[in-house]
Amino acid sequence: MITFIRTLGTWTLLTLRGMGNMFIFLIRSFYIVFVPPFKFRIMLRQMRFFGNKSLVVILLTGSFTGMVLGLQIYYTLSKFGSEALLGPAVALSIIRELGPVLSALMVTGRAGSALTAEIGIMKITEQIDALTSMGLDPIRYLIVPNIVAAILAFPLLTSIFDTIGIFGGYFVGVQLLGLSPGTYFSQMESFLKMEDIVIGLYKSVSFGIIVSWVCCYKGYVTGYGAEGVSKSTTAAVVMSSVLILIWDYFLGSLFL
Amino acid sequence: MIRITNLRKSFARQKVLNGVNLNIANKEVMAIIGRSGGGKSVLLKHIIGLLKPDEGDILIEGVDITTVHGDELDEIREKFGVVFQGGALFDSLTVYGNIAFPLREKTKLGKKEVRERVLQALDDVGLRGMGNKYPAEISGGMKKRVALARALISEPTIVLFDEPTTGLDPIILNSIHRLIKKTHEKYGFTGIIISHEIPEIFNVADKVAMLYNGEIVESGTPEEIKNSENPVVRQFITGSLEGPIEAII
Repeated sequence: MITFIRTLGTWTLLTLRGMGNMFIFLIRSFYIVFVPPFKFRIMLRQMRFFGNKSLVVILLTGSFTGMVLGLQIYYTLSKFGSEALLGPAVALSIIRELGPVLSALMVTGRAGSALTAEIGIMKITEQIDALTSMGLDPIRYLIVPNIVAAILAFPLLTSIFDTIGIFGGYFVGVQLLGLSPGTYFSQMESFLKMEDIVIGLYKSVSFGIIVSWVCCYKGYVTGYGAEGVSKSTTAAVVMSSVLILIWDYFLGSLFL
Repeated sequence: MIRITNLRKSFARQKVLNGVNLNIANKEVMAIIGRSGGGKSVLLKHIIGLLKPDEGDILIEGVDITTVHGDELDEIREKFGVVFQGGALFDSLTVYGNIAFPLREKTKLGKKEVRERVLQALDDVGLRGMGNKYPAEISGGMKKRVALARALISEPTIVLFDEPTTGLDPIILNSIHRLIKKTHEKYGFTGIIISHEIPEIFNVADKVAMLYNGEIVESGTPEEIKNSENPVVRQFITGSLEGPIEAII
């Protein structure tokens, strides 16, 4: 019994310490975002990294999500004779919910994991120590550019996902199931508000912060050797994905 | 002058440094020898302030690096150049970019001057024309040379070498040692070399100190170390399996 309590106590302390370290890491990074010198070039390179790594997968998942939604929602709406509402239903689902969440999950799997592995390898090959020994702050060079790049890249990638998803729904609804093109878009225009688009973008910005924070942190504190990097990468993807879904629920309740 | 006094460090329950005392005079090259996993690299990381000790202090030209933080610590670090064990070159930068990095980030030198100094550094380490290669495209020996050039580019007063020749063939090993000697003569830095290359290291260092069980058990000139009566030192430099150092067979 005592062993169980001791193990539980140790686990709790370690978890709290880990969470504390993660928050300190985030606060320190945000502080450095506003303190010059700014590393614009590295930030642009990291934006390209996020976009380049994730664009194809965003296009693929976006188009097929829109097509699946088109099929499923059309089927449901046809039971009530409301097929004309297919456009707004697809658009609202994608813009408010699926676009930000699915694109964040895709970027996590594609670019987030690569980011953790890259920073983790820099850690185990002493490249981070090399930066520190030169009197330079690794957070400024490795972490801050990624966080800023993610804050900018996530809404862009989400917008691409949303657009391609809506056209996926259009393809199924109009081209395959025979809905009138005018109905699809005009109904969308009357039901969709600017607020819905802004909520989607808020979500994607916050997911950008979550993914870059978790993936950078996990790389930064990676353990020894290839096994350490592999564990960090897995942990980063799992933790980012779970946090995205939890945070999405909170934001969803807040904005409803 | 580097003065290390009663330096102690433990990881979990394992004592790694158990009261290290060592003085390194200006412009002297000190080799620290000892068994693999004996705490030599840990000692080096304390000297540059990458690790904080449990006890003891390290005075770098009169300032205790174990107690300073932030900008003050960065200022002391500017005196240092470090050649890490695997080179620690930045994968995303070319050889040229790696060597130019400290100049670009820490000085206000113009492009032309940076270029001149990097090309000179490449010449010094015998890598002229290799500036466009990436670290993944060059050999282990070349990486060590690039790391040396990067460490020396900002003309530091103290250079730390963490096993600069480990894993290299004897010819490259000797060429790296000769390069360290040559650059020391040219730049006149204070050098600390972590090594277990016996006897080659005796030709490079002015002084040698042996770290064993977390303490400096003997230090002196290479001749004094070679003729030491200390059984630990004798066993280590002869590589004998018999003696106070436990051999794992």
